[in-house]
Amino acid sequence: MNVIQQLEKEQQKEKVPALRAGDTVKVHAKVVEGTRERIQVFEGTVIRVTGGGLRQSFTVRRVTHGVGVERTFLIHSPRIDKIDVLRHGDVRQGRLYYLRGKIGKEARIRERRRLIREPESGTEPPANGEEESEE
Amino acid sequence: MTQLFNADGTTSAVTVLEAGPCRVLGLRTTEKDGYAAARIAFEATTERRLTKPMNGEFKKANVEPHRHVVEIRGYDGLEAGQELKAEIFAAGEIVDVTSTSKGKGFQGLIKRHKFSRGPESHGSMNVRQPGAIGATDAARVFKGVRMAGQMGNERTTARAYKVVRVDPERNLILVKGGVPGAKGALVLVRQSTKKVKVKGPSGKPTGRKV
Repeated sequence: MNVIQQLEKEQQKEKVPALRAGDTVKVHAKVVEGTRERIQVFEGTVIRVTGGGLRQSFTVRRVTHGVGVERTFLIHSPRIDKIDVLRHGDVRQGRLYYLRGKIGKEARIRERRRLIREPESGTEPPANGEEESEE
Repeated sequence: MTQLFNADGTTSAVTVLEAGPCRVLGLRTTEKDGYAAARIAFEATTERRLTKPMNGEFKKANVEPHRHVVEIRGYDGLEAGQELKAEIFAAGEIVDVTSTSKGKGFQGLIKRHKFSRGPESHGSMNVRQPGAIGATDAARVFKGVRMAGQMGNERTTARAYKVVRVDPERNLILVKGGVPGAKGALVLVRQSTKKVKVKGPSGKPTGRKV
């Protein structure tokens, strides 16, 4: 293992969920408010997963008060406390940019039932698995 | 290059440089040589690979033979025989990095000198041509006119890199941004001339671009 790989490995978290576009996640991100640090939860749909290893990042989209909000996180960032995968979505695209043009019922994603080879997913989807609207 | 997470969750793109260890081979003093400099040796090798004069210098300094020797102006705080490692730099320090840039071969004006291209249509014939290279009454082309030719593979100094982290255990210097040269290239790192004082260790990367 060369020096670069060593340095990257040291910074990686031991266990991160194997995310895919379409998953619904809860991201517990640390935010600093003045002098206090607290944890802010951001829940939404993963619309994109890019990169790999230390540089892997994902974008979460949610609609609040009728406004679409997207946040991109580095999966290995020390500012992320925890990532909960609430359910896996059944989608055909790797990048779900089409969700931006859709609202309400149109922006639903079916739940994935079939098993997909996943190397290290640490979470199981919840029980209720019918179509659910996003919001 | 790789990426480091900062304490606030942002990231820095860094180049990893392996710092020597280098040995101070000797000093040039104003009294004796007319100028002040330190001779610094890097990468130990065998006597067989060096010339007799070089071996003589190493023997005199009581330092084992090294493959590369550079001279750096000024020697504040250095003495002959001393070993230089990553610790001579501290995080936050500003450094200059000298190396041989990656060779690009024989390149045209657009890539080499950032000329702009001509129109491609309407019968235009000067798509990647230089345009004018001088005046007619000069009757010759002045020296230094920018033309096509070898690009890269030359000694370059890139200035004012910030040292993000120093790793004494593995003897690494991590500087922000990309430095000239290919992976594994020999680089010379010294205190930035933008901050006036020059102190100098030479370092080199292993395998990866240092």
